[in-house]
This record gives sequence, structure tokens and C-alpha cells, in this order.
Amino acid sequence: MTKFFFLSLFSFSLFGDTLSGEVEKQSLNLAAIIMFVIFVGATLFITYWAAKRTSTAKDFYTAGGGITGFQNGLAIAGDYMSAASFLGISALVYANGYDGLIYSIGFLVGWPIILFMVAEKLRNLGKFTFADVASYRLSQKPIRLLAAFGAIATVTLYLIAQMVGSGKLIQLLFGLDYEVAVILVGVLMILYVTFGGMLATTWVQIIKAVLLLSGATFMAFMVMKQMNFSFETLFATAVDVHPKAEAIMAPGGLISDPVSAISLAIALMFGTAGLPHILMRFFTVSNAKEARKSVFFATGFIGYFYMLTFIIGFGAIVLVSTNPHYLEAGKALIGGNNMAAIHLSHAVGGDFFLGFISAVAFATILAVVSGLTLAGASAISHDLYANVFNHGKPDEKKEMRVSKYATIALGTAAIFLGIAFEEQNIAFMVGLAFAIAASANFPILFLSIYWSKLTTRGAFFGGSLGLATAIILVLLGPIVWVQILGNAEAIFPYKYPALFSVSVAFMAIYFFSITDKSERAKEEEKAFEHQFIRSETGIGSEGASQH
Amino acid sequence: MYADIYDKIKADHEFQALVKQRRRFSLILTGITLVVYFSFILTLAYAPSVFATSVYEGSVISLGIPVGIGIIIIAFALTGLYVRKANKDFDATLNRLKDDVGVAHD
Repeated sequence: MTKFFFLSLFSFSLFGDTLSGEVEKQSLNLAAIIMFVIFVGATLFITYWAAKRTSTAKDFYTAGGGITGFQNGLAIAGDYMSAASFLGISALVYANGYDGLIYSIGFLVGWPIILFMVAEKLRNLGKFTFADVASYRLSQKPIRLLAAFGAIATVTLYLIAQMVGSGKLIQLLFGLDYEVAVILVGVLMILYVTFGGMLATTWVQIIKAVLLLSGATFMAFMVMKQMNFSFETLFATAVDVHPKAEAIMAPGGLISDPVSAISLAIALMFGTAGLPHILMRFFTVSNAKEARKSVFFATGFIGYFYMLTFIIGFGAIVLVSTNPHYLEAGKALIGGNNMAAIHLSHAVGGDFFLGFISAVAFATILAVVSGLTLAGASAISHDLYANVFNHGKPDEKKEMRVSKYATIALGTAAIFLGIAFEEQNIAFMVGLAFAIAASANFPILFLSIYWSKLTTRGAFFGGSLGLATAIILVLLGPIVWVQILGNAEAIFPYKYPALFSVSVAFMAIYFFSITDKSERAKEEEKAFEHQFIRSETGIGSEGASQH
Repeated sequence: MYADIYDKIKADHEFQALVKQRRRFSLILTGITLVVYFSFILTLAYAPSVFATSVYEGSVISLGIPVGIGIIIIAFALTGLYVRKANKDFDATLNRLKDDVGVAHD
């Protein structure tokens, strides 16, 4: 029971953005639609403004490198606070209380590690994509090929999960058809990214982050106001009305065994540090100092947001679960537990605020899919087209054109896949995306920065093995093997393969590097010295373009 | 084109000291983060009842809540500590080094 619960939770709130099960179409919400139209109008205007400032490849990939640390911190927080974490974590708190907080903490602790270990080095060494860093002193073609594959796989899996989740959510919030919702999201994100590039994407993220933080703050404030600003009252009332009573104040079934717990922790930490759309954000700032400030602000905003969702979840227990207006047949929430935060917005702010929060949820989806699509398109145009097929000497105009075609292709694919996977169980997809990011992208990136003896052979074979292990273990694990394929028992017993696949990647990279006695390996080790000095000082790194 | 500058910096004692100091600082902060988080996770796995006890006699609030919120605050505080130290001390040294080799900085 607890195992199953954890599974479905994981599939929705973190990883999936997938609202599982039947979704009931709501009646048209006028206030929500008006506010949504205002948001879309504003973002399209920003896209128009950004398009005029996006003329070079550098503008397209990194917004010219002139985003400040504070802005980038907000944009990173915008990338990270998906509709799933807002609705999913508050739903988790609503259903189980304390466990929701455990979950949020797992998502947050990756950020300090990213700051201490990779953020500045990444900024000093990279240009447009994380493959720039991984292949800095290694052989371009194999490393870029592998990194681009890892990036595209991560982005595509994540994107499908987001599209399916967004289709269902929008259906629920706005009363639109699933297909219409998916096409709308796809078309808007193609417009933002193709015309406005990273500059438009960044500002969409920033606006969304501000809207989401303001909306959540207002909700938490209204909840606390009704509780006379006493946490004791809030929690005591919640315990009184919740069917699980005081159990909601204690850890429940979220952490079952130590292996799963550690494996999940590794997936969250290293996975976050290997997500291409997150890593790409570090190239939008002008230098290492701004990169480190970005993480400081992002951690603050994300941490604050998680505290709010905790209050919102308890607020929903107190104000929503006791109000028959939000319940069907006595007990269950209309639209399911994932609607807890949405109903609470109505309970504390009426129809108008419900419309606002619904529009914010839609904006959140748009912002996240835009960031993903841009990262995927960059892997195609910058890594594959420019550096693998054109040996690093492409015509910049052509590279730009390819990046735009890639955006349109990815966006179109996302729409079709989103529709195709409507009825499929996609619970494993974001879990797999995190596992690939942690097992293929992160080890190569981390060792290329820190380990002088890393060779092309080691990185290529080790990274590929990490990738393969992650995919195979997910396929043989409880979600795909048992839940989807219908077998009686999982061949690999754990839901999160990261502990194993990350270990395989690091060990294989080590083994294939130290046994590499080629001339090329010697050259690569020699090249580490200058790379190291650049990574430490930023001398020679990409500066901001002047406009 | 930066090869000469890199070689000059590499030989600089101040650079070597900076690298060592910065790495030590990063590793200590990383260590604190990992110890705090994994103590939390392992307590949850082995002794979850610890977090179910009340913060004080008669309160409904369990120990797990201030601990959890505390971890979020610690995570943020550590990033603040790092940024402050890097902005103040590490960058000052780095800028001096850049002056010595004739590279522009902000």
C-alpha cells in the first residue's frame, strides 16, 4: 500500500506532472481565461521585443550572456517550480501531511551542492551547452554525440510528461479539450523559443516565478490569517479534521528502506546537476560571480516556495476538506487531490483568485516546456549540427536556422507525443529522465571539470554504460516491468536505479580512462592544466555580448 | 592565446594558495550539506518515531517540522555563506592575480 502510494506520488508530483486517472472536464472559467489571455498577450509582446534583440547564435542560446544573477536566480526557480511541484506537493501534504515536507527537502538539497561544486566552473568553461564543458579538452565528436544524446533523451522524456500533464491540467482548469490544450501549449512554446530564443524564455520564466511566488504567498498568508497567525492552531485544527488524525504530523510511508532512500537522494541531487535546461541557464550570466549569485537566489526562492506549499497543504486540510462545496459524494476532492491548492485559492480568494491561480498554473507549464525545448534544440543545433556534422566550423547563420528548425521539430513532436501518450502510463518517464541526467550527463561533466586523467575513451564508454544501466534498470524495475508490462515481480527490485547506475558510470569512466594508454589520452591529460586554470579564474571564458 | 597567461598564473603561489583554500571551503560546505541531509534521510529510514515526538509538552507540532524547515534554512544559509566568502575574499585575491598578469576584471 505505502509502496504503491509512493509510486503514484513520484509519478505525479515530481517526475511526472502527470495527473493520473480520469480527468473530469470543468466548466469554462471566465476569470481564469481572461487572466490567461493577458499573460499570453504579455509574453508574446516580450517575445516580439526579444526577437529584435536576438540576432546572433549567442543571443539565441544565452540571451547574449547579459542576464543578472538575481534575474537568473528567479528564472532557475521558475524552471524548477513546475505546476507539478506546486500542485503535487500541496496535494501530498493535503493527503499525508508531513511527508510532503520530506519530499521538498530532497529537491532542495541539490542546489547547494551545485553551487559549491559546479556552477562557477561551468560558467568559466562553457559557451552554450554543457557539452561544451564536457568536450572542452576531449575529442569533440564522440563526447558531443553522447552528451547530445543524453540531453535530447532527458529533454524528450521530460517534455512528454509535461505535455500530458499539462493537457490534463488545462482540461481540468479551463474546460478545454485535451488535444486543444496540448496544441495550444505546443504552439505557444514554439513561438516563444523560435522568435525570442533564450531572452524570451528567460523573461517568461521570471514573470511566471514572480506570479507563482506572489500567488502562493497570498494563499499562505490568508490561511495563517484565518488561524490567527498561529501554527499551533493550524496544525491542531488539521489534526482534528483529517482522517489520519495525528499521523499527519509524523513521517509516514515515504521512506521505506535505506537503499531506496539513498538512491532517490542521489537521483535528485546528481539528476538536478545533470538536467540540460538547468545547466544551460548558467551560460546566460556574464561571469562566475553572477553564476554563484544565481544559485543563492534560486535556492532562497525555491526553499521559500516549499515552505509555502507546506502551509498551503495544511490550509487545504483545514479550509477545503471541511467544505462540501469542494467535495463530491461526501469525501473526495472534486478533480482529485492535485486540485487541493486550486480549491484553496477559491476558498481564500473567491472566483477571481481561483482564476488567477489557474492562469498561473498554465503559465508555469508554458515556461517549463519552453526551457526544455530550447535546451533540446541547442543540443541538436550546437552540439550535433555545428560540432559533430560541421566539425565546429559552421556558418553561424546556418546554425541559427538549424536551431529554429530544431525548435519547431521538437515542439511538433512534443504535441504529437503528448496526444499519443494521453492514455499511456508515463509514470516512469521523468524518473528515467532524472536517472539519465544523473548517470550519463552528470558524471561526464563532473569528471571533465575535476579529473585530469579523464580521457575520451573513459568518458564515452563510462557515460554510455551509465546511460544503458539507467535505462535497463528502469525497464526491469517495479514501474515498467510490473505496473506497465504486467509481470508478477520486478527483476530489479528498486524504483530508483541512480545509486547503481551512477556507480556504474563513475567506475566505468575510471576504468576506461586509466587503462587508456593512447597518444590522445596523453594529450588530453596535458590539456587539463590550462582548462583547470581557466575553470578557476575565468580567464579566457566567454564574456557578455554588448548591445 | 591565453597559454602564456595560464602558465604565468600557474606558477603564482598566490594562485595555488587560492585554489587550495577555495577547494577546502567548497568541500567543507558540501560535507555539511551531505551530513545534514543524509542524517535526516537515515533517521527517517531507521528511527522515524524520533520525528513524531512533540516539540514541547502538549504541543501538536512534531519535532520533524522544525527539523525539516531548519534543513531548508540551513541549505539557503550555506549558499549565502559561500557567496559572501567568494565575493569578499576569493574574488579579491583573484582580481589581484588578474592585475598581475594584465587581464581585465570587473
